[in-house]
Amino acid sequence: MSVNVSMTVNGKPVSAEVEDEMLLVNFLRDHLRLTGTHVGCDTSQCGACTIHVDGVAVKSCTMLAVQAEGSNVATIEGVSDGETLHPMQQAFKDNHGLQCGFCTPGMVMSALDIVKNNPSPTEQEVREALEGNLCRCTGYTNIVRSIIAGAKEMEAS
Amino acid sequence: MEAFNYRKAGSADEAVSTLASAADGKFLAGGMTLLPTMKQMLATPDTLVDLGGASELVGISRDGDNLVIGAMTTHATVAGSAEVHSAIPALAALASGIGDPMVRNRGTIGGSIANADPAADYPAAVVGLNATVNTNKRSIAADEFFVDVFETALADDELVVSVSFPIPAKAAYQKFPNPASRYAVVGVMVAQTGDGVRVAVTGAGPSVFRASSFEDALGGNFSASALDGLSVSADNLNEDIHASAAYRANLVGVMAKRAVAAC
Ligand SMILES: Cc1cc2nc3c(=O)[nH]c(=O)nc-3n(C[C@H](O)[C@H](O)[C@H](O)COP(=O)(O)OP(=O)(O)OC[C@H]3O[C@@H](n4cnc5c(N)ncnc54)[C@H](O)[C@@H]3O)c2cc1C
Ligand code: FES
Ligand code: FES
Repeated sequence: MSVNVSMTVNGKPVSAEVEDEMLLVNFLRDHLRLTGTHVGCDTSQCGACTIHVDGVAVKSCTMLAVQAEGSNVATIEGVSDGETLHPMQQAFKDNHGLQCGFCTPGMVMSALDIVKNNPSPTEQEVREALEGNLCRCTGYTNIVRSIIAGAKEMEAS
Repeated sequence: MEAFNYRKAGSADEAVSTLASAADGKFLAGGMTLLPTMKQMLATPDTLVDLGGASELVGISRDGDNLVIGAMTTHATVAGSAEVHSAIPALAALASGIGDPMVRNRGTIGGSIANADPAADYPAAVVGLNATVNTNKRSIAADEFFVDVFETALADDELVVSVSFPIPAKAAYQKFPNPASRYAVVGVMVAQTGDGVRVAVTGAGPSVFRASSFEDALGGNFSASALDGLSVSADNLNEDIHASAAYRANLVGVMAKRAVAAC
């Protein structure tokens, strides 16, 4: 069966006819061509697909597109201000918080969620809050540094 | 994932009647277990009935000496609830240790207990605190609810509506988490309740169970040292790449002592 879904993605209203079983991540990537949101696993463990739905961080591989009907969705593509990186993105760049970059969109979306709930997190709090985001390259140290630096920058600006 | 029909129920009653009209339907709560299972083709329902629109299934309230949590209440909501923190802090702590923030933002108490994963955390709270599971048909006592691996007393068409936790005098939960998933290799809830000390163990066996020798010892002397020399049998305990049955049996004692000390 297919169903019509409408939602707001990065501030723009979108609607489309999708199969009932379409995952939200596939809707974003295949229908909307927003390929910044990645898929790194099929067990809901890696967090590469992390986005915000109605202001809350979720794994878009573990939600159906129809479940986001009427929601406000934010993906990595909506984070920067045009060519100007968001302070959190800039912090990842400045602190060598990425290597291959595959996990990075999910890391940044989680980072923004962490800071929203806790504007100046400690290193331990950041590490615990990153439980659902896996990185195969960096060893996490520079990601944690980036998030703490990004949080400071966001508080200052 | 196999094709299926998606139906969104606007109420608990509508969810039950929609499921009844499907040949092989399933309720969809947070989807954090069901959707990955379907991706791996381990479940192939023809209909998913989304409980996300049934607002009466969400919420936390006090009912006399009980804390009542709606089935669709997320782990994040329980972890952050002032009501839960003041009534049963051990329950808020347990919820805050489930999986990761994104799992806690979607996963629900009803989905967790209906799923009855042997390594899930909530079963230890339901049994340890002697909760009652309220469904659309009846009320089920904790000791009757969990039956075996992924098996509960629920009928296929039965909906968990809420879980009612009697507020204990003291309680604490300690788990030895799997470092990758955070599921319990072993988790133990110890509680001083209206009907004595209860010790519920998850992760170790096919289903949550009570350590009755521990309960007896703690009933006489509520201190970690009362458990010295006591152990649970490793017979029939789970064995996998994470831990042998003997290791799990030992962990039950260690986690129980830590929980008593944390009470
Ligand atoms: C990466 C990861 C890590 C996790 N770590 C942990 C952990 O550390 N500890 C832990 O305990 N759990 C963990 N979980 C599981 C998580 O807590 C799930 O949220 C939970 O097991 C299922 O809840 P759900 O709301 O997502 O249910 P769903 O996946 O939607 O449903 C699960 C099952 O329950 C049925 N069901 C759902 N709601 C009801 C209802 N109200 N009445 C009757 N049947 C119902 C469904 O039909 C389905 O069969 C983890 C999951 C993931 C993906
Ligand atoms: S793709 Fe791995 S958690 Fe979503
Ligand atoms: S930078 Fe390569 S996976 Fe994280």
